[in-house]
Amino acid sequence: MADLAISGYSPIETAARREARTALLLASPALVLMLVFIILPTVAVIVLGFTDFELGYASFRFVGFENYAELLNSRTFRKSLWNTAVYTAIVTPVSIALGLGVALLIESEPRGRSFFRTVYFLPVASLLVAMATVWQYLFHPSIGPLNALLAQFGIPGPNWLGASSTVIYGLSVIGIWQSIGFNMVLFLAGLTAIPRDLYAAAEVDGAKSALDRFRLVTWPMLGPTTLFVTTISVINSVKVFETVKTLTEGGPNKASEVLLFTIYQEGFVFLRVGYASAMTVVFLAILVVLMVLQYRFLDRQVHYS
Amino acid sequence: MTTQTMTIGRLARLALLSLGALLVLAPYIFMLSTAGKTQSEIFASSLSLIPHTWNYLANFTKAFTRVSMPMLLWNGVVVCGMILVLQVLVAVPCAYAMAKMKFRAARVMMALVMLGLLVPIHATALPLYVAFDRLSILNSYLALVAPFSISVFAIFLFLQFFRAMPDDLIHAARLDGMSELGIVARVIVPNAWPAVTAFAIFSVVAHWNDLFWPLIVVTNQAYATPPLGLLFFRAAEAGDDYGALMAATLIITLPLVLVFLLAQKSFVEGITMTGLKG
Repeated sequence: MADLAISGYSPIETAARREARTALLLASPALVLMLVFIILPTVAVIVLGFTDFELGYASFRFVGFENYAELLNSRTFRKSLWNTAVYTAIVTPVSIALGLGVALLIESEPRGRSFFRTVYFLPVASLLVAMATVWQYLFHPSIGPLNALLAQFGIPGPNWLGASSTVIYGLSVIGIWQSIGFNMVLFLAGLTAIPRDLYAAAEVDGAKSALDRFRLVTWPMLGPTTLFVTTISVINSVKVFETVKTLTEGGPNKASEVLLFTIYQEGFVFLRVGYASAMTVVFLAILVVLMVLQYRFLDRQVHYS
Repeated sequence: MTTQTMTIGRLARLALLSLGALLVLAPYIFMLSTAGKTQSEIFASSLSLIPHTWNYLANFTKAFTRVSMPMLLWNGVVVCGMILVLQVLVAVPCAYAMAKMKFRAARVMMALVMLGLLVPIHATALPLYVAFDRLSILNSYLALVAPFSISVFAIFLFLQFFRAMPDDLIHAARLDGMSELGIVARVIVPNAWPAVTAFAIFSVVAHWNDLFWPLIVVTNQAYATPPLGLLFFRAAEAGDDYGALMAATLIITLPLVLVFLLAQKSFVEGITMTGLKG
């Protein structure tokens, strides 16, 4: 003990130093990779947004807010933002409502519970690009089963993915189909966490109908789950890319240009890295705003634990 | 709570659930049916589900010969496997250090993790692409895997799990003379198995499905992952050869669906856990 004290540190201090060193060692691979693959690229994308960098050209210069000015005036970008918003505004509420509906039905029905859960969850486990191809066939204007079905009732079906007036709805249907199961399992988890005696208490207090029980117990108790599901759904909708790239390439006439597709097109096809970086910064800003909104909401509204 | 007698309400619920299930399953049913139809029958656009002349063999042969399906699936397995192993190897020791040890960088790390959770691959793709292009490592497994070797979400998830573990467990292991790395491997990981499984499912589903990053870094079919390979296949099928296309989608969708059907419970639990923590 005495020789340790000579070095100027007590044994406890030495142990603490050793622990700190080991901890840093354990964390260092993660730390390095975080810096290389997340922090540096994020900083780089912000910097590149202020340049006219294009892949294939050796030099670039700083252009200030020129890229952002171009974004503001770009018909494609505005269209892209609008389409993303419309897609999100359709897919999020519908897939949440249906996910909740299915979860409530499954929860209240003892028969076939695991069968239905499996079926509704199947799209989550299916390759989206592949299933989008199937949807393309279903939506096909002349040989697709959907329009064949409509024709049986004498309704002329539209060219779902081929007409600028319907393409965003067609894509939304695929988006909803894909995310119901995901929302459902989250709601199922939320429903199981509600204490049974609350329902008994509500019944004693005069909540006789199922609707009353839902309004007084289920809905408020599901608050945190609903908020989570909403945030995840909105973020996933804003990130829509696979279906657009596979089926429409943003067309026809830019009617299905969405944010990530426009970024992809400008940055990786036209190789206008600077301009696409500015767009990426806008995309990132949208994500940040969404997360901040969620935390605000979480603090204020939905605490029932 | 529910009685076993069939009331009208229960019948209505079952009918509603079945109708919804049918709608969800419709794409799969048509995929199975169309994969066995001849071109002419597809263009006759009948609603009948059973093919008149069974053309499964021809369609599947086409799907297998135009683009090498086994290679695509193999690439998918290799890429997802490498990503998962790296993510767990990097995240577990880091999360353990942050949860159970005292060091000064811990707070900075926590801030970085929270920040990292906000930044998806779509945001970092441009600089990474430029860098990979300069390093001439596009079209390689390295390019497909490297950006995902770090998962801040994994750190975040494991951190919550490790914090809940009793400190006594670790103290006992230390008294037994185990090294910190030994503790991680022999005490922490076995006890955190549910979290690791959940994360594994989340990670594989995400990367098996990902089109964005492979599309950017891979132009050579030899490195195509399943979604990208299907895109190549679509491009190679100039016409509307939906029979072969459906056969190809079937082949490519099946592996993960089979895994899901075999391990449903852990699958749903995994997605639920990672979904709620995310």
